[in-house]
Amino acid sequence: MDTIVTPSDHRAEGEAVSTASPRDYFDLMKPRVMTLVVFTAFAGLIAAPVDANAFLAVMSILCLAVGAGAAGALNMAYDADIDATMQRTRKRPIPRGVVSVSNAYGFGVVASVLSVLLMALASNYLAAGLLAFSIFFYAVIYTMILKRSTPQNIVIGGAAGAFPPMIGWVAATGEISLDAVILFMIIFLWTPPHSWALALYKSGDYAAANVPMMPVAKGAKSTRLQILLYSIVLVIFAGAPVLTGLGGAVYGATSVGGGALFLLLAWRIFRSRAGEAGSAEEGALYAVRAGDKAARDLFAYSIGYLTVLFAALIVEHAFGAYVAIPGVSP
Amino acid sequence: MTENNDLMSAREGQPTGESVKLTPEQEKARNKRNIVIAWSLVGFMVAVFAITVVRLSQTAAAAAGAGA
Repeated sequence: MDTIVTPSDHRAEGEAVSTASPRDYFDLMKPRVMTLVVFTAFAGLIAAPVDANAFLAVMSILCLAVGAGAAGALNMAYDADIDATMQRTRKRPIPRGVVSVSNAYGFGVVASVLSVLLMALASNYLAAGLLAFSIFFYAVIYTMILKRSTPQNIVIGGAAGAFPPMIGWVAATGEISLDAVILFMIIFLWTPPHSWALALYKSGDYAAANVPMMPVAKGAKSTRLQILLYSIVLVIFAGAPVLTGLGGAVYGATSVGGGALFLLLAWRIFRSRAGEAGSAEEGALYAVRAGDKAARDLFAYSIGYLTVLFAALIVEHAFGAYVAIPGVSP
Repeated sequence: MTENNDLMSAREGQPTGESVKLTPEQEKARNKRNIVIAWSLVGFMVAVFAITVVRLSQTAAAAAGAGA
């Protein structure tokens, strides 16, 4: 039988009224992830061979940021039970009890709709459609279906995080070209080694929450091997922009140098016993046991690697630093 | 008056004389949220207006270019 809530009940339950601040809602949007989304989307928009109107470009990036944040809020609403279990996430607004699950859903849905509508107005319907699909993919396909059911969750779900540079490109050009797909693929291939490096030294956290991340489902040894294999494919593929002319000498040098270090760190993980000691006891993102340092190092470096790759594209296309590589660039 | 009567009164739009009493902390948090919601709505309206103006001027410029 449904509980009937009367004004008297409300008065008696005055303590249950929300004390959430705007900052708590901002935290629901995963601001750290949002930063990388904005940066990669900006790179895609700048690298596109079209001079987009500056104001409309800024608005498109803003829509992407809000859309990504909305997807993050929906993810936190659905994963509230997991977040409350895991040390790394238990200080998020919902587990702390300052934002209710229903409010987080409401916030996520409203922000999603507004960001897609504004994107359609500021750029084009294809970019808006891709933004809507990426939100749906992250909130429903990844969060609600894949995350709790398969160790391939972040391999497939990684597509959601790979959309921003493609959407930035499409916002400027109105079409999906080979270069846009290459930018998508770089992040798609980057996601598994990045996420599994974290999962290796937080595997106890994921096991406690019954999330079948690769180290939990297949073991640390198999995960270390897959990190190495994905890293090799990623580093090779990261050279593709040079072959299509999207990236010039600056990008090429960054890709080779950054890729070499990425492979070195992946090799160190492969040779280590990372992930076999369980999770670090502290909840901090970079807290790690002595044996897991190789995993922590790759996780931290992978963020810098992706940032530098896309920064190279921005430098080449926004600041006139593009220099074709003789015999390689088309 | 029973709680059910309170509810019926509320459904019929009759004032019940009761209200939710917020603590100062709750009231402060609600005010902050309301201010941010208000500014967000203003920002959204300004964004829609500004985007529309820019798109219209782009279309007008393109039409003028095609006509020239």
